Amino acid sequence: MHIVVCIKQVPDTKNVRIDPDTHTLVRQGVESIINPFDMFAVEGALKIKDENGARVTVLTMGPPQAAEALRDTLGLGADDAVLLSDRAFAGSDTWATSTTLAAAVRKMGDVDLVICGKQAVDGDTAQVGPEMAALLDVPFATFVKKIDVARSGSITVHRQTDEGTEVWKVQLPALVTVIKELGEPRVPSLRHKMRAKKAEIAVWGNSELGLDPNSTGLCGSFTQVVRVFSPQRRGSRVQLEGSIENQVEQLFQYLKKARVPGL
Amino acid sequence: MKATVDRQKCTVCGVCTDACPMDAISLRENRIEVSDDCSLCGICVDTCEFGALALPDVGTGPSQDLAGFSGVWVFAEWREGKVHRVSHELLSAGRILADKRGVELGAVLLGAGLDDEMAKELIAFGAEVVYVVDRPELAHFTDERYSKCIVELARVKRPEIILAGATSMGRSFIPRVAACLQTGLTADCTELDIADEGHLLQTRPAFGGNVMATIICPNRRPQMATVRPKVMKPVRGEGRQGRIERVELPDACFEARVEVLEVIAEQDQTAKLTEADVIVSGGRGLRSGDNFHLIEGLAELMDGAVGASRGAVEEGWMAPSHQVGQTGRTVAPALYMAVGISGAVQHLVGMQGSQVIVAVNKDPDAPIFDVATYGVVADLFEFVPEFIKRIKRERDE
Ligand SMILES: Cc1cc2nc3c(=O)[nH]c(=O)nc-3n(C[C@H](O)[C@H](O)[C@H](O)COP(=O)(O)OP(=O)(O)OC[C@H]3O[C@@H](n4cnc5c(N)ncnc54)[C@H](O)[C@@H]3O)c2cc1C
Ligand SMILES: Nc1ncnc2c1ncn2[C@@H]1O[C@H](COP(=O)(O)O)[C@@H](O)[C@H]1O
Repeated sequence: MHIVVCIKQVPDTKNVRIDPDTHTLVRQGVESIINPFDMFAVEGALKIKDENGARVTVLTMGPPQAAEALRDTLGLGADDAVLLSDRAFAGSDTWATSTTLAAAVRKMGDVDLVICGKQAVDGDTAQVGPEMAALLDVPFATFVKKIDVARSGSITVHRQTDEGTEVWKVQLPALVTVIKELGEPRVPSLRHKMRAKKAEIAVWGNSELGLDPNSTGLCGSFTQVVRVFSPQRRGSRVQLEGSIENQVEQLFQYLKKARVPGL
Repeated sequence: MKATVDRQKCTVCGVCTDACPMDAISLRENRIEVSDDCSLCGICVDTCEFGALALPDVGTGPSQDLAGFSGVWVFAEWREGKVHRVSHELLSAGRILADKRGVELGAVLLGAGLDDEMAKELIAFGAEVVYVVDRPELAHFTDERYSKCIVELARVKRPEIILAGATSMGRSFIPRVAACLQTGLTADCTELDIADEGHLLQTRPAFGGNVMATIICPNRRPQMATVRPKVMKPVRGEGRQGRIERVELPDACFEARVEVLEVIAEQDQTAKLTEADVIVSGGRGLRSGDNFHLIEGLAELMDGAVGASRGAVEEGWMAPSHQVGQTGRTVAPALYMAVGISGAVQHLVGMQGSQVIVAVNKDPDAPIFDVATYGVVADLFEFVPEFIKRIKRERDE
């Protein structure tokens, strides 16, 4: 079984906080991390590899430094890594991103399962997975928390919806997007880390993928950002004071006046 | 591609370096440099007082003949015999858009065993036409069948706008519809409007709600968006007229490579975070899982759901399905109470859209107070029981 995991490098938000005056992120020396949902995807793939045997290829589209993210996943036990990097890919919206990633998966040829994170925490769109599935014309399941590969030719997945859990049988080749419950990522092992250090990471540009330049990057994007602005500040904050009884009474009256439900 | 700097206009003030959410702008040797990390978001362009920053010529995507597309559609989300409230909200919002464009508002209802009453309800909320596809294969949601049906309908009827709720269903299959129709899609919008040229102005939070972005899809139709539940107001009109069209689609639309084996409804009502009007969340400040009864008691009293920080989930005090935040659920209830939660940015991004936020924390410097509407600096073990008593007293009176 050949599994491709799509990962994205995103700015780390661990040490940032929101500036109370400007309501923007305070980012001192922010580093990049692998999108947390994609770490669950890597873990999911490695679990299948452990239990059933599989070849795991990790794929990302990004600037040259995204190679480091790929190397990290090799340290966890992934077999191969491919970086899609080309100035022609910059500024992609989800459509252009999916087009490029799908072209890479098609080029690999023998892929049985693609695993994506539920969403990337920088853009929060959750669109790339389902769009890729459409472009590859494979069935897919979103918000997956459990993958069972016992049968050949299909997988059984448990997906978390707003209403509960659904169990689906999905024919391979297929694509899934995954959430936290799939499992916390493992720690890198020394053996894999040694290998990762020396591993060659394939870099494919558009000359390898052969896409119409009008369908990649900014040129290939259907959507355009026309305005960016700060969200409306909420009404000035009220800090309650006094004894516990006093604060309880004040809060109660404020909430009553604001007509919040539930009181 | 990245933002460009006009050196003639740039005063090297450095405001843009702080504003860039990607940390892609730096001040080097008295010059502003934009690195390849630039995501072309345009925030720097807006912050620069001197007009020195600009985005490269924006992409348009392969364009398409836009004439011949008309009408606004709302996907009516149907599950187990009921239409989701968000569909009523979207019909009311869609009504305004359709009136501005002077076009018809349609609803698309997919399911099995659909009666006309449900369609009439959609008309009451603003639809002039309801397309009903009623097939046993649609009894359970699967992305493949649902997207094939909408794609087929849209190819035949050519609407200019399609809206759906940003629910687990909408956010799952609508991207496939957009990809099949080869058009743009904006996720999780909180505001919609129409520009004079007919562009749908789709506004959504970005970078964890710290900025808002307005997005258009200028050269492709239909223009597609998913919209967050509970931001638009459902308005039911009396005496509205509309027609119901039952549509037959080719059998190929109902073929799927996915089989639904089982549907298990959430047993735990308190985990229904996305639907709740009130959420009471607890964090590591609770000190033990047993103490969560305080949170549960308050939530029950206010007919709300129980949320938790990752801190509390990691301690094993609450199941992961209760987690609010970046790796949990994004919620926007009318009232969010954060109790014993520090307010790490990963928690804030999941709840800052709430209408009223109450924070209870004994540390006056906790970052949760930065987003709180009402801040209570107190020991939660003293405050929460008193607050519960106060609500009960009111009820008794
Ligand atoms: C990639 C990534 C993803 C993450 N995703 C999420 C996410 O989805 N959701 C999430 O919540 N977190 C997430 N986190 C974790 C996040 O950074 C914080 O660690 C977490 O939110 C902290 O939980 P907490 O506020 O309960 O605990 P703490 O930070 O320990 O805060 C406890 C608070 O309780 C207060 N307190 C203590 N005792 C009392 C008392 N008696 N009365 C009143 N107040 C009291 C303290 O003053 C303190 O502020 C993520 C982190 C990473 C790196
Ligand atoms: N540039 C990228 N390279 C590789 N995978 C990506 C990229 N962008 C998004 N993905 C995958 O698609 C998922 C959803 O991303 P998004 O639609 O941006 O929220 C992520 O969790 C990744 O698995």
